[in-house]
Amino acid sequence: MDVLLEGLREALGLLLSGDPYVWQIIARSLQVSGGAVILGLLVGIPLGTWLGLARFPGRGLAVALVNTGLALPPVVVGLFVYVLLSRQGPLGGLGWLYTPSAMIAAQFVLAAPYVAAITLAAVGSVPPELRLQARALGASRWQALLLHLREARLSLMAAVAAGFGAVISEVGAVMMVGGNVRGETRVMTTAIMLETRRGRFATAMALGLILLAFAFAANAFITRVQQAQPRRRRPLTS
Amino acid sequence: MENAKQAASGVPLLEGVKLIRSYDGRRVVDVEWIEIRAGEVLALLGPNGAGKSTLVRLLAALEAPDAGRVLYKGRDVAHDDPALRRAAAALLQRPYLWRGTVAQNVEFGLKTRRLPAAKRRARVRAALEAVGVAHLEDAPVDTLSGGEAQRVALARALALEPEILFLDEPTADLDVTVRRRLVADLERIVRHSAPAIVLITHDPGEAFALADRVAVMEEGQIVQTGTPADIFEAPATEFVASFTGAEFMLSGRLENAEEGTVIVRLDSGQTLECAGCGEAGRRVRVAYRPEDVVIALPGSSATSARNRFPATLARLHPQGGLVRLRLESDGLSLEAVITRHALEDLGLVVGTPVVAQIKASALHVFPT
Repeated sequence: MDVLLEGLREALGLLLSGDPYVWQIIARSLQVSGGAVILGLLVGIPLGTWLGLARFPGRGLAVALVNTGLALPPVVVGLFVYVLLSRQGPLGGLGWLYTPSAMIAAQFVLAAPYVAAITLAAVGSVPPELRLQARALGASRWQALLLHLREARLSLMAAVAAGFGAVISEVGAVMMVGGNVRGETRVMTTAIMLETRRGRFATAMALGLILLAFAFAANAFITRVQQAQPRRRRPLTS
Repeated sequence: MENAKQAASGVPLLEGVKLIRSYDGRRVVDVEWIEIRAGEVLALLGPNGAGKSTLVRLLAALEAPDAGRVLYKGRDVAHDDPALRRAAAALLQRPYLWRGTVAQNVEFGLKTRRLPAAKRRARVRAALEAVGVAHLEDAPVDTLSGGEAQRVALARALALEPEILFLDEPTADLDVTVRRRLVADLERIVRHSAPAIVLITHDPGEAFALADRVAVMEEGQIVQTGTPADIFEAPATEFVASFTGAEFMLSGRLENAEEGTVIVRLDSGQTLECAGCGEAGRRVRVAYRPEDVVIALPGSSATSARNRFPATLARLHPQGGLVRLRLESDGLSLEAVITRHALEDLGLVVGTPVVAQIKASALHVFPT
């Protein structure tokens, strides 16, 4: 018990004193996971919107594939991205292996399905007549589509939070393609593993606290959005 | 006023020619010809599922027909035609307001038309005033009642100052009192606004009260077009008759036809003189509205009605301020409607002998 309390006390000290090693790792985590989520949004929102609104044969299968993407094991994603980026791999020429770029690529693969799946559900929850009504008032297809997405914006923000929550706490993929190089590719999850193994519990706990805070913030946001939805009372709109 | 505007151009504002649209192999719209004249109020009247909304989506260039043409000012327009889409505005059955304030909603179409902000504000204000909700300008839409939301949706369409305004059952989702007020306001708005209005409704009363012309739809087809008086007084088919309130039918055979009147020998034995024409010997059905059956006490002064039947009051069925009566006369059953006051004045109870009268012009004859 003393080890735990002592560790927590030291951890808070490290965070409050602005320990450069700890804060550099936190910054790298945010850079990698944030970058991956932004890329995930660029791909996931159009994909989810298209799957949510288009009607074509095979749509059911495509939706199932996206939903399967939610359960992708990070280690497996790490393996494939590793193979792609390794010297003999098709993208080996990029020289990304063991750089933050490779980590962003791997986490992007993990984040995009989250964004796509939540976008898909979000655009589907807006009544399609709303777009027809917008078009009936002279809006172009694009204007009507933008309005539709704007109506779903709360849920779309949840997509950002879910994607971020999924990748920030992931360890397998970043470890494989990043390699946990100090000052380069070390992020919170990989650092916690290493520091714990070394017996430097205070450092590990400091990072663990921050990681928990991020996970909590992301989930608190999603919960708020979900609870806000049924309360929205718009007369006769759905 | 409407006629003058129309004569000025000669070409209908909007025409649909041989329009066909099917969903899953079921033909929903099959319209030979429909025209909308500048400035008029045209009611598309028909039961649910008659294809009214689909026809409007085709005419408003929101949906492509499987076959047929839409002409805007005499010019063929394709699905999504920009000129027609900018000239027309449609209001769907439900308000479909989007998140934000009332003003933001009403402004929407003006923004897509890239109107400068100052002009937008003036138009928004004018439109909200026209529908009587100017005080709600800054209210978030999720605080509105159903009636207010429908008014805001109407303002959103009026703000565009369209040439053609399509209104799809604007009162269908509202409760009775809110609805009555909105219909009264609609009447004022449609009389004082410039656009041609196509009003979809399943309520003949609403169509007759608001429209210059009425087109009656049944199973995707337009079965009759005319003024409210034409449709009410001379329904073209049994369907139109029953849909516009002449839901009671008597069966018989045409005996004799001359000069716009016919004699029908009913299956129950009586003869009826009816306005209409037809070949003697044909089986026919005769439709009437219960409110056209006039009740008198035996021996009271005669009216001009040609058809008079001594009858007995067989049943009384109060309906609000009105009472529905069933009259029996030698195998002939007639339905009538009178006010409660009239019932009391005449001192009618079940079993009272009465005289039922109905004018020839109130009877509509259809071949079977």
